[in-house]
Amino acid sequence: MLDNLSVNQRAALLSVVMLVVGLLFWETAIPAQKAAAELTEYERLTGGGAPKAGVPPPSQVIAKAWEQLSNPFYDAGPNDKGIGIQIGYSIYRVLTGYILAAMVAIPLGFLIGMSQVAYKAFNPFIQVLRPISPLAWMPLALFVIQDSEASAIFVIFICSIWPMLLNTAFGVAGVREDWVNVARTHELGSFRTAFTVILPAAAPTIITGMRISIGIAWLVIVAAEMLVGGTGIGYYVWNEWNNLDLTSVIFSILMIGVVGMLLDAAFGVLQRAVAYAE
Amino acid sequence: MAKSFLSIERLTQQFPDGQGGTLTVFENASFGIEKGEFVCILGHSGCGKSTIMNILAGLAEPTSGVVKMDGFEVSGPSLDRGVVFQNYSLLPWLSALKNVTFGVRARYPDWSKSKVEDHAREYLAMVGLDGDVVHRKPSQLSGGMRQRVSIARAFANHPKLLLLDEPFGALDALTRGTIQDELLKIWSGTEQTVFMITHDIDEAILLADRILLMTNGPFARVAESVEITIPRPRNRTEIIEHPNYYAIRNHLVQFLGTRSKELAGKKSDEADNRPETVRIDKTATAPAEADPEPAARLRAVND
Ligand SMILES: Nc1ncnc2c1ncn2[C@@H]1O[C@H](COP(=O)(O)OP(=O)(O)OP(=O)(O)O)[C@@H](O)[C@H]1O
Ligand SMILES: [Mg+2]
Repeated sequence: MLDNLSVNQRAALLSVVMLVVGLLFWETAIPAQKAAAELTEYERLTGGGAPKAGVPPPSQVIAKAWEQLSNPFYDAGPNDKGIGIQIGYSIYRVLTGYILAAMVAIPLGFLIGMSQVAYKAFNPFIQVLRPISPLAWMPLALFVIQDSEASAIFVIFICSIWPMLLNTAFGVAGVREDWVNVARTHELGSFRTAFTVILPAAAPTIITGMRISIGIAWLVIVAAEMLVGGTGIGYYVWNEWNNLDLTSVIFSILMIGVVGMLLDAAFGVLQRAVAYAE
Repeated sequence: MAKSFLSIERLTQQFPDGQGGTLTVFENASFGIEKGEFVCILGHSGCGKSTIMNILAGLAEPTSGVVKMDGFEVSGPSLDRGVVFQNYSLLPWLSALKNVTFGVRARYPDWSKSKVEDHAREYLAMVGLDGDVVHRKPSQLSGGMRQRVSIARAFANHPKLLLLDEPFGALDALTRGTIQDELLKIWSGTEQTVFMITHDIDEAILLADRILLMTNGPFARVAESVEITIPRPRNRTEIIEHPNYYAIRNHLVQFLGTRSKELAGKKSDEADNRPETVRIDKTATAPAEADPEPAARLRAVND
């Protein structure tokens, strides 16, 4: 019977089976809270009757997800906002920092890719700055910028700049000389050569860099928001942990994954659009 | 000697040989090409034909020597010199049509979009590409089709000098014949000068006014300049009956077969390495002779 299905159908079936098995396993592995009547004297005295913060079963997480997703944009004060609002803040910060980084990284990458001198001059700085954990910039950013919002954006900026910069430089430097010669024999100026030949030729490599960057930015924003607090999905996770609401923590972890996947998929579409076969 | 339209003066090209030394591809090569002339260059693989062509195109700087076109030194590429590259050099992210309009737009920046497209389509049709094929990307075309797009791109720009590096190498005999005819039609209708690299002796005899013969490298020389003394219009099937055809052909075959090796590797002691002019004409009363200082050549009769 399985033989009649396509590869995709078989894979989808297997995924569903794994999901169901995993959830069932999870559900049965969580011990039910004992009823108060069954507790011994000793347990009651030591506070065993208070509800324990345990890992919730998936059924609770699903119920939570349903509740949250049916009203994602409610706003009931600083510590109680819908998941949609929190994710919105995070995406806003990521995109702002990311776009600023792209505006610096892509032109600079072009320069570094085109000029040996620029490459050699910039390389030592890039090599030193690139391995620094973006969060290590946070104290300095908070001190200099004096604004937690802008500091979070700065951290995103600094973490997403490197893959875009290096990939752009790499892509531009690797453009086949033959194609540049086509531009030269047609007397295209450097500006038109950059836009009509080098940019499309290097686009797949540049987009790959942008895709890596958006992934890193999304990883970093969660940690950054846990530090600066206030709003955002990272803050939300931390806040729910302080409330010992593990159901919400698990739900928001899943949401972080889903949003990250969507951001990556958007760049996947872009990557396919600029790809070419030689 | 009167200044030629295109004059190549004491061109020397050296490359690092990869082992710390230098490889001299050719040394003090000098020759001229007249306006409207069709010149083919024959020589074994690796002797430096593409290197010469890149210098003529202005894409590469020779180690020493100058190239002058219309009296002006060639420095850098120009739209007046159209190139068909040995490896086609199409832009892979553009369709066949867009590859041609890319060139036309650069040449005629003030043409309207539709005029550019019509012009491009006309030249694509001339090389046998029309209909849906023109919207395919180079990776979806066969080698011969790619080559034809590249030819259309160069021809559509009406350069004063056409530089063709084995432009018909990947084509089947039939397509090759058609495009050769198109090339002759385009060339004879204009004042264009053509410099073409080929490995095909018969093709060279059919097309050229003059064939330059190169010895093997390193220290390759443009050793001979063979006039094709067969009147135009020439026709593939009729030229073989011309009394000069086999005489010329045998001379070329003999050069490529033995003398290109014998003459190879000799460093030039003289300053200038000019090719010796060879004129083989069985129809004339005078015997075949080598003429070291030819008078300015007139365009061969071609109509
Ligand atoms: N950039 C380069 N660096 C070093 N050597 C080179 C370079 N370009 C060409 N050469 C050498 O110069 C010589 C001539 O090369 P060229 O490409 O001009 O040959 P060709 O006559 O066009 O051959 P073919 O008929 O195979 O196309 C070869 O020996 C090649 O190895
Ligand atoms: Mg070559």
